[in-house]
Amino acid sequence: MRKTLSLYGLTFSLPLLIWQLLFFVFPLVFLVALSFWTVKNFRMQVDFDSVNWVTMYGRSVFWKAYGTTFALAAAASVLVSALAFPCSYAISFKLSETARRWAVFLMVIPFFTSYLVRVYSWQIFLSDAGIINVMLGWIGLGPYALLNTVGATMIGYLTLTFPLVVLLQLFSLVFIDRTLIEAAHNLRCGRLRTVFAVIIPSARVGLVIAALFAFILSFGDFVSPIYLGGGDPTTLSILITDTTKSGQQWPRAAVIALTMIGTLLVVAFAAVRFAYKGRTK
Amino acid sequence: MSDKDTASINRNRAVDGALKLYIVLGYAFVFAPIAASFVFSFNSDRFPSIPLGQFSLEWYQAVASDPLVWQGLRNTLFVGVTVGVLATALGFGAAYTDYRYRFFGKQVYLALALLPPTIPVIILGLAMLAYLSRINLSGNALSVIITHVVICAPFAMAIIRLRLSQMDPDLEAAAWNLGASEWAAMRHVIVPFAMPAILGALFITMAVSFDEFAIAWFVSGLNETLPVKVLGFLQGQVSPRINAIGTFVFVTSMTLVILAQLLLTGRGEKNRPAADE
Repeated sequence: MRKTLSLYGLTFSLPLLIWQLLFFVFPLVFLVALSFWTVKNFRMQVDFDSVNWVTMYGRSVFWKAYGTTFALAAAASVLVSALAFPCSYAISFKLSETARRWAVFLMVIPFFTSYLVRVYSWQIFLSDAGIINVMLGWIGLGPYALLNTVGATMIGYLTLTFPLVVLLQLFSLVFIDRTLIEAAHNLRCGRLRTVFAVIIPSARVGLVIAALFAFILSFGDFVSPIYLGGGDPTTLSILITDTTKSGQQWPRAAVIALTMIGTLLVVAFAAVRFAYKGRTK
Repeated sequence: MSDKDTASINRNRAVDGALKLYIVLGYAFVFAPIAASFVFSFNSDRFPSIPLGQFSLEWYQAVASDPLVWQGLRNTLFVGVTVGVLATALGFGAAYTDYRYRFFGKQVYLALALLPPTIPVIILGLAMLAYLSRINLSGNALSVIITHVVICAPFAMAIIRLRLSQMDPDLEAAAWNLGASEWAAMRHVIVPFAMPAILGALFITMAVSFDEFAIAWFVSGLNETLPVKVLGFLQGQVSPRINAIGTFVFVTSMTLVILAQLLLTGRGEKNRPAADE
């Protein structure tokens, strides 16, 4: 391995570096500057004024949306982890090699279908005259208001995160040393206890990272809360789209966005610390 | 090893059965909306539900006769292909850098190369909109391309890096020893070896770009891509057309993904013995 960067080496390494600096780092840094700009007569002015921060942080709407978003994302990440685990567990321990490969391939497919289309499809299931209510009608129940509820938002979050969480959990479960599990069985460790005392601790890193990704995705998603949750309760992402798209209040939207990034950084840091806690690496 | 082991570890048939049933349920949840979208795209009812109405192609006709949809499709294809090529080129460069070089600040370099997909798209969309309009680049196809490359390049890099890690590092050194210049070794050794992954990355990044709507919605202005159009339909409640477009996009994306899959596994396996020796 050569260590010095030559013209040859730079030809390959620099383009991505420049691109990500120009179009990834700079826009995010610009967001910070933008949050200190002011808006007068519907026009943005370069400024250094904390007015946006003071206004946004002084509004109860903002804090309510913040609490809602955080609670929803946290609930979604716990729920999806709990629901996905038996599935990824079964795929990694109960299926043959070939079946497992197929299972992985099938779980990848949703990434290449439009999330919007899937959300619209859930509307077909959940609406008042939708599939689920019709089926419930057959056995004399309902109709229930399923759409525009928090539960519907949750289904949207699950649609978004379930495949990713299953795949991430799978990757950590597949690499568990099988002899550990056999040892546990030989030592008369029960089935459930093996799962909680051996398998989950061994796969902790993957499980936590999966939950973290579920949190990040749900925290930033605006499609499910609007089109399945009916926009009520308001989440931070809805607040951003409203502030950006209908008003010219980009600096305030920047404040919301930066608060979200800050929150995600703290959560990610805490999650990674927890994931690697006690590991000597 | 796995088959024999699993058989010896797990004895309870009822639990096994229940777990397998659970897998089926999990996949049913994942595929229910996809399947419903496919079925209802051929259904005549304005407000889709069961029992099904008649078989009908009216939503496809409605979509096909909408010039804005065609416009969106052209934009999507143009953006997708450009993004695929650019993101794959940048991703290849980064993957090769990571494969071959060790340098100060490499961690930062890799973080920059891999982080973008973890930032919520809505935040990235807002940041890009504000930034690009500041440098007079917003509101056109170019701004969508720029942003999509940012989020697609990491996927390309990951795919190509995985392939490079299957390559014997001595191969490149051997080419140099035999008198090849660095450029010649790149052209005749590295690129051919990584080719399946390069094509795979090309198709995957295209597919990611085809489906991305949030950032495109923020920065595209009047040059809407097809997914942004779908978002418009979703807001406007002219709904079953979404199923027709969705089915079309699904078939397109899946074709790309399956092509990528064939390239990554099929040809990869043929090449692997040579690399392992």
